Amino acid sequence: MSRRNNTPKLVLSKHTPPYQRQEARWGWLLVLPCLAGLMLFTYIPTLMSFGLSFSYWNLLGSPHWVGVANYERLLRDPNFWAVLKTTAVFVLSVTGLEIVLGLLLAALLNRIRYGKLGLRAVYFLPFVTPMISVALVWGWLYDPQAGLLNVLLKTLGVLHQPVAWLYDTKTALASVVALEVWKTIGYNMVLFLAGMQAIPPQLYEAAELDGSSAWQTFWRVTLPLLTPTLFFVLMITLIHAIQSFDAVYLLTQGGPEQSTAVLVYWLYKNAFQFYRVGEASALAYLLFVMVLLLTLLQWRLRKRWVLYESDAPG
Amino acid sequence: MKKHHHQTTDQQTRNPQRGSMVQWTVGGLLVLGALLMLLPFWTMLATSLADPVTILQQSRPVLLPWPLHWENYGRLFAQIPLARYLLNSVLVSVLTTLVHVLLCAMAAYALSRLRFSGQAVVQMLCLLTLMVPPQVNIVPLFFLMKTLHWVNTYWALVVPGLFGAFGVFLFRQWFNGLPHELEEAARLDGCNPWQIFWRVALPLSLPPLATLAIFVFIGSWNSFLWPLVVTHSETLRTLPVGIASLKESFRDTTDWPLLMAASTVSVVPVMLVFAIGQRYLMDGLMAGSLKE
Repeated sequence: MSRRNNTPKLVLSKHTPPYQRQEARWGWLLVLPCLAGLMLFTYIPTLMSFGLSFSYWNLLGSPHWVGVANYERLLRDPNFWAVLKTTAVFVLSVTGLEIVLGLLLAALLNRIRYGKLGLRAVYFLPFVTPMISVALVWGWLYDPQAGLLNVLLKTLGVLHQPVAWLYDTKTALASVVALEVWKTIGYNMVLFLAGMQAIPPQLYEAAELDGSSAWQTFWRVTLPLLTPTLFFVLMITLIHAIQSFDAVYLLTQGGPEQSTAVLVYWLYKNAFQFYRVGEASALAYLLFVMVLLLTLLQWRLRKRWVLYESDAPG
Repeated sequence: MKKHHHQTTDQQTRNPQRGSMVQWTVGGLLVLGALLMLLPFWTMLATSLADPVTILQQSRPVLLPWPLHWENYGRLFAQIPLARYLLNSVLVSVLTTLVHVLLCAMAAYALSRLRFSGQAVVQMLCLLTLMVPPQVNIVPLFFLMKTLHWVNTYWALVVPGLFGAFGVFLFRQWFNGLPHELEEAARLDGCNPWQIFWRVALPLSLPPLATLAIFVFIGSWNSFLWPLVVTHSETLRTLPVGIASLKESFRDTTDWPLLMAASTVSVVPVMLVFAIGQRYLMDGLMAGSLKE
């Protein structure tokens, strides 16, 4: 902090010493490759996507302007509303489960003395595993005839008829949700654990002296002080879940009867299978606006937490 | 312990019996959960070494295969150009990681240590890109690749992945915390800003370097949608796309041992990277500065 106050503000003039001129030149040189790349591969595509959402284009030939026709068609398309509903169910269940289970795991892990690092690594492992491998294994676990899940449930006497997990409209979405939760839960757990370890230990000692039970301590000390982390993880999880694609593509292709067609899968299908680029771009912008709103909300709240955190004792 | 028990506040020492019981219960629950988390990995490995005849004809899962059927891996390499997919994946991921990390570090050094006009604007421009989900850009990026005649080339697999603002902020935070004295000394010795960055600042930045490298490598290795969209010839497929096409090639019966062998092959490299760099990855995450 003090260092920044000591640095004078840069004003280039005739009297600027040579090193500062050199500094300005090198500054631009160093930042330019990254900036140019972001311009070319993020800014221009984002603007193009906006333009394409008002155009007709089938990936061949050149796009032409059609106004808001793509958005109109989307709103009239019952498929779109079905996709939106599926996405909402998917995102809310994934987020809810990942928050609750991640929090639970972190709270438990925070209590033990031995094996913490090893267990943390095991729970985190699925997060770094390629989705292709995850989807194949889960597809095998869910196999109606020979899959481990049905065989186990039958042996335990829970099931009498085999369940066609991924091929049944009643269970397909839940099956994908389970996979997604398994894959991401360790990530949330690590973030929660970080938040918990930042809580000053004196507070726990005080709670302990007051004779507070573990459960009370969790509700009255851990959880309130964890709210900044909680909101942060909530936003990250929501943003992550809205963008899901790989699992659905690899496991169900949106089926059966479109019961697992989530937003990004529908976007992909429109663009690269139906060649309706305009509608795909309109979907993309819808996604963009949703993520943008969540991100802005997160930043706003974060600012508030920073104040709150600096007010906290310790 | 008993002598001082009224002085300590730690639950475990104050009430050793209850404390250790809690420890055992919580630990037991966590180990049970961990086994559940590992079950899919075990299934993958076990099936990849199981007798295909047992699985296909008796249609039952095999959790403890014996004898080990290593020939499933041989069949895999014989049936699809797996070595080529592996080579593509390694090439794309390693190249992406090296260049991505370097470009981020360079930009971050400029933003943190050098003063130039327009700095604040550049920083804002970088920050804004964090809000764009990559899927939004997939169609126009494909169009861009077509315009550049990059579709179905290594360029399309590598170049769009070289840039990211997240790493810039990760590095900037680190550089902000580095003491100025070493750089001052180098400056007095007549080094220009690039030399100071390359010889002084970067060698002091192993933690963010490792964290970002691991994140970018894993992301690149696992990425599926983009290579799927942008390649169509077999020789350019990365491992995930190649394995997905193997899966789709099965019609009536799925050769699960073969698919599980393929899954295992694509998991091993990320596991190795994770094992080596776990500390940096976790530290980065725990510092609260990482998000996907």
